[in-house]
Amino acid sequence: MSNGISLPGPHNITRVELENGIVVLVYENDAAQSVVIGGSLAAGSLYETPAQSGLAALTASALMRGTHSRDFNAIHTALEDIGADLDVGAGVHQTSFSGKALAEDLPTLIELLADVLRHPAFPQAPVERLRGEILTGLQYRQQDTRYRANRAFQEALYPDSHPYHYSSRGTLDTLPRLTTADLAQFHTRHYGPRGMVITIVGAVQAADAVSIVRQHLSDWRNPDQPPVPALPALRPPQETRRVSVPIPGKTQSDIVMGTIGPARKAEDYRAAALVNSVLGQFGMMGRIGDEVREKQGLAYYAYSGIEGGHGPGPWSVNAGVNPANVDKAVNSILHEIERIITEPVSAEDLSDNQSYFTGHLPLQLESNEGLAASIMHMETYQLGLDNLLLFRSRIMALRQEDLLAAARNYLNPQALIIAVAGPEA
Amino acid sequence: MAGVTRHQLSNGLTVLLKEQHNAPLISWWVMYRIGSRNERTGQTGISHWVEHMMFKGTEQFPGSVLDKLISREGGSWNAMTSMDYTVYYETMPADQIDLGLRLEADRMVNARFTEAEVESERTVIISERQGAENSPLFWLSEEVRAAAFRVHGYHHEIIGDMADLETMTRDDLYNHYRRHYMPNNAIAVAVGDFQTEAMLKRIEELYGSIPAGDAPKLFARPEPEQAGERRVIVERPHSTAFLEIAYHVPASSHDDWFKLAILNSVLTGPSGMGGGSIDNKTSRLYKALVETELTADVDGGLMASIDPYLYDLVATIRPGRTHEEVEAALDEQINLVRNENISQQELDKAKKQARALFAYSTERVSSQAYWLAFAENFDRYTWFENYVSRLEAVTVEDVREVAQRYLRPQNRTVGWFVPLAGDGDEDMDDMEDEE
Repeated sequence: MSNGISLPGPHNITRVELENGIVVLVYENDAAQSVVIGGSLAAGSLYETPAQSGLAALTASALMRGTHSRDFNAIHTALEDIGADLDVGAGVHQTSFSGKALAEDLPTLIELLADVLRHPAFPQAPVERLRGEILTGLQYRQQDTRYRANRAFQEALYPDSHPYHYSSRGTLDTLPRLTTADLAQFHTRHYGPRGMVITIVGAVQAADAVSIVRQHLSDWRNPDQPPVPALPALRPPQETRRVSVPIPGKTQSDIVMGTIGPARKAEDYRAAALVNSVLGQFGMMGRIGDEVREKQGLAYYAYSGIEGGHGPGPWSVNAGVNPANVDKAVNSILHEIERIITEPVSAEDLSDNQSYFTGHLPLQLESNEGLAASIMHMETYQLGLDNLLLFRSRIMALRQEDLLAAARNYLNPQALIIAVAGPEA
Repeated sequence: MAGVTRHQLSNGLTVLLKEQHNAPLISWWVMYRIGSRNERTGQTGISHWVEHMMFKGTEQFPGSVLDKLISREGGSWNAMTSMDYTVYYETMPADQIDLGLRLEADRMVNARFTEAEVESERTVIISERQGAENSPLFWLSEEVRAAAFRVHGYHHEIIGDMADLETMTRDDLYNHYRRHYMPNNAIAVAVGDFQTEAMLKRIEELYGSIPAGDAPKLFARPEPEQAGERRVIVERPHSTAFLEIAYHVPASSHDDWFKLAILNSVLTGPSGMGGGSIDNKTSRLYKALVETELTADVDGGLMASIDPYLYDLVATIRPGRTHEEVEAALDEQINLVRNENISQQELDKAKKQARALFAYSTERVSSQAYWLAFAENFDRYTWFENYVSRLEAVTVEDVREVAQRYLRPQNRTVGWFVPLAGDGDEDMDDMEDEE
């Protein structure tokens, strides 16, 4: 591989669909001694009601508190004795898991994964303890300017009829009301092989890895798994709205401003991602970083981000500034958004960013984690396993007018949500 | 981790090279032997601020151009300032690394430090500090360090005190740069897809002609032995209480440091080495504090350092529980490891965890290069190579011995973060809408 990068593609990724629908993807990488797993199931906060906010997340976190054959201590002893790690957590669309171990310990890791996914017991006392830990964390976040600005932004951007309005973590009100019976019920209904993906990357043989997964997961069935619910229709903001969250005792304000962005599958997603890079990523955080941090010295961080997941996630700019400089920073950011929808990016900007996107692949794919994430990404959004092979030509095909059209399709400096959390209202 | 070669150029630059051919990448690191530990009162935070100024560029590579050049090639670059060093790196596709090599050679001597750029960066750095101040743990650890070190430079935060950030001048910064940035005060490391001979030749070409400077006189004052427990309390508006307990421990070149690393693994779980960490739910303090519902988490920190630093334990206290309760439960566990040997099984687990974490941390060329430079800075790069075998040599008796020697009340600083329920509490979930 030293003469060029060998990209993961259909020729070197083993993809097997088990008889129950689970998709297994394996990429052999002998360069490291470890193995990494990543994957997801069709069970996120999308499947819960607002009154049960946090149910999917609490269910996922509670899986590792005990199964029918292993208690909390047995699960964690099995993992920690071999220096392995396993995490399960829920987002809006999916419940995801990730794990890492020395390659020789893959069988143990998969066995534990299968046990917690399939046979959780939701034992009362350990789940109560977990709930207390989560509530302590959530209470802490109430004082965190970044968290509060993000929540306020998201709540103002998405109506309460839309799942993106809510935090998948739940709230201080809803979490105490969820019972272990609720968790067990959510698990019984939503956890199952349909829609499940597992990716394995590391110093293992593909055939061995598939057979380990088969051994522990191929007899799993759940005929009751519901179809994926459709997201309600959404209207982007029609005018600019400012929301502020006062938090006493803080020395810095956090700003989150933006609008609704493209889903990963949107036609113009790649063009929008390049626009985002020019606006608030490339180099030291793009044009926004250059203006707000470099030229004006207003902030330590100022950047933009585009979510691009299953649905229309946000496209937003984040900055942390001195409370006295909030308006100045907001105006500078608005100016850059105005500019990016008015003038086409220069040929040089386009070529710099195209070069960055394509040139960065070797770094992204250096580690087992990076490889697993890229393979999961292709499978999750059904981009085709040749997506990385075609990546370069797809990025290089984009023109200045494609970027301008994508920017105009989403961004409007007169219709944004601007949320600020800090010491003063 | 075999295959490292060590070289010294005639101007004193130390060069460590390690070939690794599994990915077409090279990581290039230049580390200067200067950090916040050597900063005088009035100039705290100067090393970190100088690091920021190095991104403003030179005649040959102006700041805005630098960024673009590296990003265009898909590279990643950044810098870090610690208590013991200031380090810069570029990780790039192998055929583009020359840019990183040229850039670091150039800014070792040619950084500009214009008055206007110093002023513009002053507010950025103040903003960085203010961002950190939004976290209660920043305030607490700042006070604990300041109490634990009365004399030694480890007493202040790397970011520096606000008073100094407001008053340091362009000349202060530039003089710091000139005094410490020179080949004989630097360690350069490359790991990745290259041939050693060709790489060394190119490094000679680019760095060999940079003149050595006068070896910097380092401001370094040893901390006198602590005699008696110290206590600090921080009270600020918040909702959550924290406890931090910090014990003085020896420098990481000392054998005892490895014994303490095993002890930390038993008490709070193993420390990650930059390749991903693992959980600590079977550790002693997790069982004693988290499973008993006194705290929401507990963490231990043992950092490798040039001079004797701190081993600290930090816990997030659950609502309704008190600092006193958590301290009592923690002391009980500390007394146990001081009075009785840990089990052989706990020792074996700690060693296996260390092997796994070490394997994880050596997967990326960037983290290998970082660890080699890091180890060379306070000892020799072989510290990193021998890390696992030195841990393997630790016995259960060793662990008890270091617990007795260092985890004494007389040798510690206890910090409480006490949340003040201010006006904010009742309208915690309110938002003001200003349409």
